[in-house]
Amino acid sequence: MSILVKPETKVLIQGITGGFGGTHAKLSLDYGTKVVAGVTPGKGGQTFEAQVPIFDTVEDAMKETGATVSAIFVPPPFAGDAIMESVDAGIELIVAITEGIPVADMMRVRSMMDDTNCRLIGPNCPGVVTPGTGPESSGGCRIGIAPGYIHKKGSVGVVSRSGTLTYEAVWQTTQLGLGQSTCVGIGGDPINGTSHLDVLKLFNDDPETESIIMIGEIGGTAEEEAAEWAKDNCNKPIAAFIAGATAPPGRRMGHAGAIISGGKGTAHAKKTALKAAGIAVAETPSEMGSTLASIL
Amino acid sequence: MNIHEYQAKDLFEKFGVPSPKGRMAESSDEALKIANEISGQIVIKAQVHAGGRGKGTFKNGFQGGVHLSEDSNEIFSIAEKMLSQTLVTHQTGEDGKVVNKVMVAEAVDISKEYYLAILMDRDSESPVIVASTEGGVNIEEVAESTPEKIIRESIHPLAGLQPYEIRKISNKLGFEGDIAKQFGKLLKSLFKLFISCDCSMVEINPLVTTPNGEVLALDAKFGFDDNALYRQKEIATMRDTSEEDPREVAASEYGLNYIGLEGNIACLVNGAGLAMATMDIIKHYGGEPANFLDVGGGATEEQVTNAFKIILGDSNVKGILVNIFGGIMDCDVIANGIVNACKQVNLSIPLVVRLEGNNVDQGKKTLSNSGVDLIAADDLSDAAEKAVKAINI
Repeated sequence: MSILVKPETKVLIQGITGGFGGTHAKLSLDYGTKVVAGVTPGKGGQTFEAQVPIFDTVEDAMKETGATVSAIFVPPPFAGDAIMESVDAGIELIVAITEGIPVADMMRVRSMMDDTNCRLIGPNCPGVVTPGTGPESSGGCRIGIAPGYIHKKGSVGVVSRSGTLTYEAVWQTTQLGLGQSTCVGIGGDPINGTSHLDVLKLFNDDPETESIIMIGEIGGTAEEEAAEWAKDNCNKPIAAFIAGATAPPGRRMGHAGAIISGGKGTAHAKKTALKAAGIAVAETPSEMGSTLASIL
Repeated sequence: MNIHEYQAKDLFEKFGVPSPKGRMAESSDEALKIANEISGQIVIKAQVHAGGRGKGTFKNGFQGGVHLSEDSNEIFSIAEKMLSQTLVTHQTGEDGKVVNKVMVAEAVDISKEYYLAILMDRDSESPVIVASTEGGVNIEEVAESTPEKIIRESIHPLAGLQPYEIRKISNKLGFEGDIAKQFGKLLKSLFKLFISCDCSMVEINPLVTTPNGEVLALDAKFGFDDNALYRQKEIATMRDTSEEDPREVAASEYGLNYIGLEGNIACLVNGAGLAMATMDIIKHYGGEPANFLDVGGGATEEQVTNAFKIILGDSNVKGILVNIFGGIMDCDVIANGIVNACKQVNLSIPLVVRLEGNNVDQGKKTLSNSGVDLIAADDLSDAAEKAVKAINI
């Protein structure tokens, strides 16, 4: 098992005809992911890489191909609308890669999703990977922009707000021979679809996930909330890393959500909350894998 | 992005949020003209982004960036002493800020001060209105010592601000009759401004009632969602780059995400999370990071070169740590970028490079065959240790 996506999951890509979306659609196909459809309004009837049919609407794409997951590579001004289209079409899972969506748009998207069963991962995230059993972990499900070859099918669940820090954790657990069940990038925006806590719950219920690495950063209180829940409810060992101990207050550190405001959301407060919940906190990003290994 | 007080006032006027009469002047003559239009007590304020203006000192010896007078000729001479002069406040640093504009406005009599703000709240994922009867003071201290005096009202993102919500807040602030009516109109206009301009925050502190029975926004602080500036052309033009760190302005022109800090080990990293973590690990090994710099996921050779130039523009920098996890990005492309950048800028300080990821072996080969004097590192800990050691020799 794994969480969210499996090797047989059928994926459609909104924005497959753009440069960014196209590049990563191709990499996902090479990885063995079942990319079954693309959606670009006005380009229905065309074909991507001579194998993936393109549709005008998400509704058509789902009806024709049975896709259950949509990856969003649409540029920021149109991304909120693209997400809403997928929600309306009744898709199960949306993975929004796009960086730079206005906060007000995301707020409306989230509000619209309130009464649906659809789950959103991201935006501004590297995506979701469930590694496969082939060479360099191919044969799995790669949705988004993560490099496939650094993964290895295994037992660690990884959840993170940062892309490249996820890759560090993945690479370290691959080298330690632990491998990953599923890696989830939840994104660096202040308003996102899925929280650390949501993913911890999924990992806790997944028989294949034996341990968890949780990567957080300054801003907000999502890590503290996850820790609070994990303390009494999570029965799997967790190692964590929090980035931004040296970040100056009041400045946005690259990610829109990475900001200490009004003295809230500091790395220190997060680390303290994590430790109080019995989570092993890595002191440096080089030690995420070894910190986890030390508590197994 | 921040804006000046006079720009905030312009936005208030555009959306019908009442504030004292007055406007911005770029010359003493203009200041005099505005002062003559306003009768009674007049306030003149230096327009810089930094706080603490009232208690600041100009480098020409003139005291205070905020003055009151009833005499328009005195306003003229105060403007003379402020314009083109450098104001130093506790927030500007020793260098101070040059004052290019002043605001001349009616100084209103105050009956009572209140606090009113709207912000995008990440916890409730909706706009939240925050109000208090304790205005004109630090609201965070009010929230700390007397949390019951803070009124918070979440607004539904799709329904928007409803009349009953306005009445609720107005009642809690103790407004009645015409004042309540005026406040309701002001809050409605302010909410419209907040949504229309993609604000992340708008704070009025103080909001005042006057003996004449008016409700006025006396001072305002705005924050805007940078992601939305593409559709906020008018707001985007309000950006005053002379108020920002010139290195950050240059970096943003090259599509780089840079924040200058106080330390002496510069870092160049791909990815925001990894860039923060790189700063942290420098500190962990006893060094001080000189900056945050995220070159992004698809950095080009040109961007790497520009990043080096910006880093080296900081005279505090004694060493550089490059940390790249090339996921999709080819490490050899990055290696070539580093080599060319070093040659172009004639690098003369220690450079530690940690490369990992796609095509890393070729990248490392390119670096070692380049003839560029650099220190190769195996992992991030190794890189940070080596960087701290290199600058302490």
